[in-house]
Amino acid sequence: MSEQSKKYLIQMKNVDKYFGEFQALKNINLEVERKERIVICGPSGSGKSTLIRCLNRLEKHNKGQVFIDGNELTDQIKDINAVRREVGMVFQSFNLFPHMTVVKNLMVAQQLVRKISKADAKQRAMHFLERVKIPEQANKYPIQLSGGQQQRVAIARALCMKPKIMLFDEPTSALDPEMINEVLEVMVDLATDGMTMICVTHEMGFARSVADRIIFMDLGEIVEESKPSEFFGNPKNERTKNFLEQILTH
Amino acid sequence: MIVDFTLIAESLPIMLKGIGITFQLLIISGFLGLILAIFLLLMRISGKWYLSFPAQIYIYVFRGTPILVQIFIIYYGLPQFGFIRSSILWSILREPMGCAIVALSLNTGAYVSEILRGGVLAVGKGLIEAGSALGMSAYQKFVYITAPIATRIALPAYSNDVISLLKSTALASTITIADMTGIARTIVANTYAPYEIFISLAIVYLIFTFILQKLFGYTEQYLGRYTKREG
Repeated sequence: MSEQSKKYLIQMKNVDKYFGEFQALKNINLEVERKERIVICGPSGSGKSTLIRCLNRLEKHNKGQVFIDGNELTDQIKDINAVRREVGMVFQSFNLFPHMTVVKNLMVAQQLVRKISKADAKQRAMHFLERVKIPEQANKYPIQLSGGQQQRVAIARALCMKPKIMLFDEPTSALDPEMINEVLEVMVDLATDGMTMICVTHEMGFARSVADRIIFMDLGEIVEESKPSEFFGNPKNERTKNFLEQILTH
Repeated sequence: MIVDFTLIAESLPIMLKGIGITFQLLIISGFLGLILAIFLLLMRISGKWYLSFPAQIYIYVFRGTPILVQIFIIYYGLPQFGFIRSSILWSILREPMGCAIVALSLNTGAYVSEILRGGVLAVGKGLIEAGSALGMSAYQKFVYITAPIATRIALPAYSNDVISLLKSTALASTITIADMTGIARTIVANTYAPYEIFISLAIVYLIFTFILQKLFGYTEQYLGRYTKREG
């Protein structure tokens, strides 16, 4: 554990990732400080999701180093789950446990992983359901909720673990347009609260107003990395310009 | 031909004395077979070839041979070996009932493990990833996420196998066991009235199948309660 890797909450050094012959990530270098809010954007297949999935080892990188709060993610890591419980993740398709009620979805990992008592887990679950503004849905099953509500439950579920980092993998891409804002509001609220966040998203309004840094990826590489004002106002790379033209003109 | 209703009325109660044996065969073999199936399933999905491969061979052999042949091998074949007769297994295998239960359990275990595997494979990968992302261990993910969902998915096929097992219990009559079918065969041998006796026997099996179907139907509804939009 080097001093340098402890300074950053997240650090990726020269990371490569292959799926068979296909190289999904090419020499990725990324440092994220505490409370930083990063938005990653880029065309489909550019490696955005793969990048954040390497941060909680849902994907194993093939080369380079990944540090989370100073702990390097390797095959030798004794307890990957100790790292994972510090890293919350929200998926595009919500991935709520369909056989558990909303409140159980929020309680199960607290009880099993954090070893919190049932009563405390329930209290914390209700606290976060209130924070995402749907405490009245606590005893319903996920299928009885709208997409936007399900995604807010998924965010609350991750927050119940008191993570140091939140990863969002296209959290609004599977939602109907009228439900996108209710999810973004929750994310803005979290950002205001000082959560360290990495969001893969195409919501450029969110990126503009919330991100400290925007990372543009294409073909597995980080092409451009800058503050929102610079990113939207004065993009340097041709590929970034093309991408922005495509998504901002409609 | 004329149907002899008096004969049916006289024989039915005698045949029904075999219900106890039929149920013992069904419930004990069904239970042991399910335990075996879970072990085979875990071996099969362990990702380790030295566990998965033997399980595959086992399943291949027991699905690939007739259950009647398996019963005969266990009942007539195994006692030929001295070491079996001197082993602790002999207390089970020297009784026809023990042989029938062993054969039915081994057979249904092979089928059910594949049914359960189908259920496990159908559980969404995203749910398992969500469990991982929350820091759940492999054991916790299996017990709290995979198993309950796989059970619901596998239930219709599993109920099919239990009904099939109910009818396979009739094969126990070939090794001297007096289950319902065994008793029916004795009556037929004495009365030369196969038509009346076997038709009545068939109806009894139909009634039990109906009850099993209903039970599984309710279980299916219960396990599927979270799949309906309106509770």
